[in-house]
Amino acid sequence: MRVLLDLERCQGHNRCYALAPEIFDVDDYGIAVLLDDGEVPPGLEDKAMLAIANCPEFAISLADSTNAGTAS
Amino acid sequence: MTSIYGPVTDWATDFDHAEPEYNENAPALWAELRETCPVAHTDRYNGTWLPVTHELVTQIAYDTEHFTSRSVIVSPFEQLAPAPIGGAPPITSDPPFHHDARRLLLPAFAPKKIEQWEPDVRTLCKGLLAELGDADVIDAAAQYAQHIPVNVIALMLGFPVEDADIFFGFVHDVIEGINVELEQRMQAFIRLDDYVDRQVREHVENPRDDLTTFLLNSTIFGEPLGLEHVRGSIVLLLIAGIDTTWSAISSSLLHLATHPEDRERLVADPSLIPTAIEEFLRAYAPVTMARMVKEDVEIGGCPMKVDDWVLLPFPAANVDPAAFDRADEVLIDRAENRHLAFGLGIHRCIGSNLARLELRVAIEEFLAHYPRFELATDKVTWSVGQIRGPRTVPVRIR
Ligand code: HEM
Ligand code: SF4
Repeated sequence: MRVLLDLERCQGHNRCYALAPEIFDVDDYGIAVLLDDGEVPPGLEDKAMLAIANCPEFAISLADSTNAGTAS
Repeated sequence: MTSIYGPVTDWATDFDHAEPEYNENAPALWAELRETCPVAHTDRYNGTWLPVTHELVTQIAYDTEHFTSRSVIVSPFEQLAPAPIGGAPPITSDPPFHHDARRLLLPAFAPKKIEQWEPDVRTLCKGLLAELGDADVIDAAAQYAQHIPVNVIALMLGFPVEDADIFFGFVHDVIEGINVELEQRMQAFIRLDDYVDRQVREHVENPRDDLTTFLLNSTIFGEPLGLEHVRGSIVLLLIAGIDTTWSAISSSLLHLATHPEDRERLVADPSLIPTAIEEFLRAYAPVTMARMVKEDVEIGGCPMKVDDWVLLPFPAANVDPAAFDRADEVLIDRAENRHLAFGLGIHRCIGSNLARLELRVAIEEFLAHYPRFELATDKVTWSVGQIRGPRTVPVRIR
């Protein structure tokens, strides 16, 4: 599973980093940064979905499974 | 303070958000307007609109073309500083200036910087609780919540903590004294500016490691920040950070004082507190912002004209059943919570990480100190104006 981040939309609400620090980091300005290019470590799929569902700006989405490589 | 407009005759066509009934009855009022008149209007303040649906609030928050932030607090006769900078950058600024004015403040309020304040916030909360001693009834809003944000921002700005009560008074005048005579309102601003100028001068003479010195040393477009800009940003941090956070903490404690099952659940499992806080922020969001119309536009079928005021009630959007399941219920374990308490788009609250820290630590420490408490009154007093929260929350602690 892989998540995508739309930096045009991200306003640094920081919900993703609070809920799923294994997948998201924040830079010095509080803007989200994808760790490991958005690759979701196995077992953390729920956290990824939680981050998606709590981003007020709809800046995070699931990468299309067809181009996300082997889904784990 | 007496209103210059008199009592409201009809909440759809003559509303006044600065009349005490508005904040007292807001959730019921928004629900009624959603059904009957989703964009209320009043001739007060030279013409003001109040859209109450999630859809319209979102649309306006993102629309910086038709709406300006030149002034974000509705008032009858502000001497407005011109766009795109406004009197208190970045909250009163529009693109493109807004971007740089905001970027200047972001690092000081970024998550990893704010985390470092946790021990100070905790010490402060513990100290306040220790001072409350062993009375039977304490006021969780006036004796506890009220003192937290004001002391934290004084620490960050490097202002004398003893002065907390003084600038607390300024903030009150600016936010709540809206529909008063011009003279009275200007006096409040002058007192606030004078106070801040004194602190800034003192920092020019004695620079140190705090936010005020940081602002004095900052540059924008390659030039040092003007003193006007420094003062404006400080006034903004005082005004934006104090009543807002106080209100959020007080509303959360009021909820816990009236919902014993939720209180017991958080006492038993403090790890649920961060999730509960998001729900309190959704259900009891304290902040309604305003915009002015920059270019005539039709919103929700209403003809908004240049220089009309438009209120942006994020709290109303947060309880719109079109956007949230079981919107009128408070579910402290709500897992999906895309609430708008901190706004949306380019003006997203810069202090959101700090506010969340203060709210979490304030609740954690209160529950640890008083695992059992209940509301000790049947009448709670609410704030007046665009920041909504209970001003007194007397609770019985034994
Ligand atoms: C629970 C507490 C708080 C709430 C609910 C809240 C809410 C908001 C909202 C809704 C906005 C958006 C304004 C707009 O769209 O025009 C905002 C902006 C802002 N807030 Fe907060 N706020 C809180 C606490 C704080 C604190 C503690 C600080 C700083 C000490 C702060 C500083 C700011 C600043 C500087 C802006 C302007 C951002 C910009 O225009 O780019 N706020 N806040
Ligand atoms: S929650 Fe959304 S807006 Fe906030 S930092 Fe993460 S991606 Fe950005």
